[in-house]
Amino acid sequence: MNDNLFIVVFAAAIYYGTPLVYAALGEILAERSGVINLGVEGMILLGAVGGCWVATTVDGPAGIVLPLAVIVSMLFAAAGALIHAFLTITLRVNQIISGLALTIFAGVAGVSSYLAGLWDLGRAPIANQFGRMDLFGWGDLPVLGPILFNQTLLTYLSWLLVVLTSIYIFRTRWGLQLRAVGESPQTADSVGVAVQRSRYLHVLVGGAFAGIAGACFSLSILPTWQNGMTLGQGWIALALVIFGFWRPDLMLVGAYLFGGLSSLRYTLQARGVEIPQLFLDSLPYVMTIVVLVVVSNTAARRQLGAPAALGKPYEREER
Amino acid sequence: MSETSVAGAVTANAVTALGVTKRFPGVVANEDVTFEVRVGEVHALLGENGAGKTTLSNILTGLYRPDEGHLLIADREIIFESPKAAIDAGIGMVHQHFRLIPTFTVTENIILGTQPPSRRLLLDTKSAEARIVELAKQFAMPVDPRAKIWQLSVGEQQRVEILKVLYRDAQVLIMDEPTAVLTPPEAESLVRTLRSMASQGRSVIFISHKLGEVASIADRITVLRDGRSVATVEAWGSSRESLAELMVGREVTSVIRQGIGALPGAATVLSVDSLSALGDRGRPALTDVSLQVKAGEILGIAGVAGNGQRELVEVLAGLRPRTSGSIDIDGEAMERTDARHPIRMGVAYVPQDRLGTGLAPDLSIAENLILKRYRRPPISRAPFLRPSVIASEADRLMTQFDVRAPSAETPTRRLSGGNVQKVLLAREMSGAPKVLVVSSPTQGLDVGAVATVHQLLLDAAAKGVGVLLVSEDLDEVMALSDRIAVMYEGKVLACIDASEADISRIGMLMGGADLVEGQGF
Repeated sequence: MNDNLFIVVFAAAIYYGTPLVYAALGEILAERSGVINLGVEGMILLGAVGGCWVATTVDGPAGIVLPLAVIVSMLFAAAGALIHAFLTITLRVNQIISGLALTIFAGVAGVSSYLAGLWDLGRAPIANQFGRMDLFGWGDLPVLGPILFNQTLLTYLSWLLVVLTSIYIFRTRWGLQLRAVGESPQTADSVGVAVQRSRYLHVLVGGAFAGIAGACFSLSILPTWQNGMTLGQGWIALALVIFGFWRPDLMLVGAYLFGGLSSLRYTLQARGVEIPQLFLDSLPYVMTIVVLVVVSNTAARRQLGAPAALGKPYEREER
Repeated sequence: MSETSVAGAVTANAVTALGVTKRFPGVVANEDVTFEVRVGEVHALLGENGAGKTTLSNILTGLYRPDEGHLLIADREIIFESPKAAIDAGIGMVHQHFRLIPTFTVTENIILGTQPPSRRLLLDTKSAEARIVELAKQFAMPVDPRAKIWQLSVGEQQRVEILKVLYRDAQVLIMDEPTAVLTPPEAESLVRTLRSMASQGRSVIFISHKLGEVASIADRITVLRDGRSVATVEAWGSSRESLAELMVGREVTSVIRQGIGALPGAATVLSVDSLSALGDRGRPALTDVSLQVKAGEILGIAGVAGNGQRELVEVLAGLRPRTSGSIDIDGEAMERTDARHPIRMGVAYVPQDRLGTGLAPDLSIAENLILKRYRRPPISRAPFLRPSVIASEADRLMTQFDVRAPSAETPTRRLSGGNVQKVLLAREMSGAPKVLVVSSPTQGLDVGAVATVHQLLLDAAAKGVGVLLVSEDLDEVMALSDRIAVMYEGKVLACIDASEADISRIGMLMGGADLVEGQGF
């Protein structure tokens, strides 16, 4: 570890920002299709408990256990997303209410904690975890090495996913259809795009991404189980979607900014900087509120690029 | 295809509907509808609101499946499982409210939902653009394929919709009320495009309720009434009167005002001086508007929707703050901007959104009729309403304005459009206003109700009320007004005496040009 404070803060920003990247990337997909999912916090916890369960109960080499754990994380969170998709897309329940319900249902006092208790998780740090690795052999580069290339596999994977998702949204036919569904489902429907299918698909994939975010917590950052271990990071991810104008690349910047704020309490305090703990803890949440206020205040909200049909259920007009 | 392109000279039909019937719970929307559209023909579907035009077009485009009857495309029977099936069969539709995504480019809108010729992973906008430019040239519809939709005029957006259909190689183009949003010159350009399509062997189904335009554009006309196809006639030689009779099922007289207007020496009841206001998005929507209306006069405001008319009437009704300028009602300055102030000063307001803004849809007719007077005697005494007075007042107004409803207790949302408008006019006129501001008073009404509403507006003027009539229906403005002001981009371009107004000059003004021959907009 390099001792330079600058490097420590930046490396930590990326490390703690990684789950935010996954969660916000998934939410970008869902919101681009016109479905706002406030269940992110709940889905991350579902993912976290699923991953932790596999990592705790399955014996074997890390190369098998960890991929399996991540896949189970994705499935757990996607199951939560499926509830939201069914309620909002098929039954046309209010998306805000359904999303909040999902977070309550899956959250601290809900299913994730119940399952953790049932499976007796969180007794000890799990054996197989995502550690830091120098994947590209560039860890020795000055400054950039310790910041960028001394991260976990999950971080490297998130970069790939951000690039692929960007290309998907803006450069492919399917991405064009996705954006059309989020902007004007009537228009998309009238040219033969399957609106409901697209929404289901992107809400589910978005949920799976939130599941990986959960895996980041229970397999890497903590790495064990604690009830409500995400500490509201799901809400920060929601703000990041807006902060990034529904674009993966800008969101990535925001995620690392918030990751940096979240990590300050570890990095600064470890070095004896005298700043009250509560102040540091509250920083990311205060920033979230600031972002949301700034964004909702501007008359130019529409120009920010919010999908025009965001939050609106679609039904073919009957007569 | 070219040798079969002259309408009437061939037997092949592009589309045939035989006995098509569609029922919804409680209503039969289409019953036994039969008509055929020839190859290379512009075929109009003419009918009033509720005659079943929309349901029929939804059947033709695969959105609904008919309960009975057959649909033949190019003389082969076909059953559409989905809108996509209709598109694949070569039927394309341009909806009245465009199905375009404002933030997308022209090209993106056009290629949305199509299969690219090559199985490439990434979007290929280059070759799509080339094909769009080629199509645009073929049908004389210039458009920039890289422009974003929100940057385009309404007429250009409609071209994009048509290109979208042509890009999918549709042989049949269905257009729903296409001229409603266009200026007269834009409408003429549209007609040229449709003609050029027909001459190149494609067919056009033109849905409209406007008699005049149908007779001048179409080759043949199928008239729909109460969900049934009443007759198919050649457009050539059909008179407006005979078409109107087919549409309505009885003889129709239309109201035309001539040479009445304000008496000499009549007081100016509404005077607007250099009024400016912002639109919903915070940009200037009204700039320096000045108008005068005398007692007993009808001032018509012509213009394409979205050129400041809505903001103007909202400012007059106290629903939108003004940024500068003054409003005088009968010589008295309107100082405050709230909704109650103009009412007290004698401004009556019939908004375009009759049932939403104008009335409380779930309240009864009687309650709606007193909505602007309940604060004062005789409707109320101290804090209490007086039901007996309200009931007798409702009876009186319903008789006077010929409101047809089961009772005064009927919720207004159950009324037909014409009766809704009569309730609204009855309420507004019952306050003995000095100025009556009406916005699109006959939009969506059937022919009979249109005549009644027109008569009510003329009656109001005859009583000495100054009427400000805002309408997108140029014929209506021309028929009723004493003077006509044309609005374009928030300004009044000109104010013309109705006796000197001709439709081509007003058409040019509506497009922002003043009498410069051949100038675009």
